[in-house]
Amino acid sequence: MLAKRIIPCLDIKDGQTVKGVNFLDIKNVGDPVELGALYAQQGADELVFLDITASHEKRKTLVELVQRIARHINIPFTVGGGVSELADADALLAAGCDKLSINSAVVRNPKLIDQMANGFGSQFVVVAIDAKLDCGKWTVFVNGGRIATDKELFTWAKEAESRGAGEILFTSMNHDGVKTGFACEAIAQLSESLSIPVIASGGAGSMEHFKDVFTYGKADAGLAASIFHFKEIAIPDLKKYLADQGITMRI
Amino acid sequence: MNIAIIKYNAGNIRSVEFALQRLGIQAEITADPERIKSADKVIFPGVGEAFNTMKYLREHKLDELIVSLKQPVLGICLGLQLMCRHSEEGDTECLGIFDEEVKRFINVREENGYKVPQMGWNTISGLQTMLFDASLDNPYVYFVHSYYATIGSHTIATTQYTQSFSAALHKNNFYATQFHPEKSGPVGAQILKNFIEL
Repeated sequence: MLAKRIIPCLDIKDGQTVKGVNFLDIKNVGDPVELGALYAQQGADELVFLDITASHEKRKTLVELVQRIARHINIPFTVGGGVSELADADALLAAGCDKLSINSAVVRNPKLIDQMANGFGSQFVVVAIDAKLDCGKWTVFVNGGRIATDKELFTWAKEAESRGAGEILFTSMNHDGVKTGFACEAIAQLSESLSIPVIASGGAGSMEHFKDVFTYGKADAGLAASIFHFKEIAIPDLKKYLADQGITMRI
Repeated sequence: MNIAIIKYNAGNIRSVEFALQRLGIQAEITADPERIKSADKVIFPGVGEAFNTMKYLREHKLDELIVSLKQPVLGICLGLQLMCRHSEEGDTECLGIFDEEVKRFINVREENGYKVPQMGWNTISGLQTMLFDASLDNPYVYFVHSYYATIGSHTIATTQYTQSFSAALHKNNFYATQFHPEKSGPVGAQILKNFIEL
């Protein structure tokens, strides 16, 4: 059976991993390649590297870093942050990146999803969506959660899928960094309305939260950062716990 | 040892090169027919779409070249699909090394929660040939695909996703995996090593 995936996310700023609490107040936690290799060794199923300041500072994601990651890490990885042109995507693919996460650029220019899917295949295109629940409505935000848009989570995810996205990485801004559990209800709704995999992000604070997101939340993958970086949960322990709960895990 | 990775219009060929480097093996990414023909082992990787890729291979006469190779050849992912007879993707006539047919996963999400593409780690079983040594006991490997090869006489590994399909194929000097050994952690590294040592 296809296993549910555990994905540590390494937010990167100036070549170092960081984790923001509710996207602000950034703290430093280490070298991305070293940390990524360690996670891979511990049983992480995939890795996500997000250059969180890239879109704000209009800085291109570091192709060199991607190549260093690709050389050293033997599991799939996604890179995102500030990718806004086909040429960027091409350069990252050539450097050895397996998947590209695109967020703000495709909200502004949705056709970029079609172009990337046609050019590189849907499997390369992860559409990341940061959304915030306010007065019963999930509003999509861009630029690292700084700017609200007129898009709504579910309709935007559906559009992204129909344009050729291979996966949706959904981060609940209400839950991110708070460690009180994932936004399971919204994730389940997303997962049921889409035929492509959904990566749940935002809110992981305990092993039980992962169980919930894979059962109630119907997520295909669970993503977290700080609980892994700060060694609050070890990946082997988490995967063993989830397997014991009857969830298919690669162990 | 001379390892050639066939260079064509497919994505993420470097991952295979890097995976071999981690095994201490320097491979050459090349489209030069002579270099490919004279290599000890040939890897035919691939991420992409069947119709346009086959068109590219034909235009560059790589189709004839691949079929004529005598040394061990390993197709990966799209490589496996293109080594089959026909693919439903773009109704494409492929290389015809393996008789197996390539079909699209039918999305049966509503009943069973299956999504297309199959993306992630799944197990392979019924392992045959030296590509899979005895230490590999129904291991997890990494898949990303929307199309699969049916099960037939050349199947040397199967995986269950919506139904059983060929996770690996073998005929004479030709081997192929639907999964990505270059991305499948230590298990994938072992499979690549086994291929290199064939």
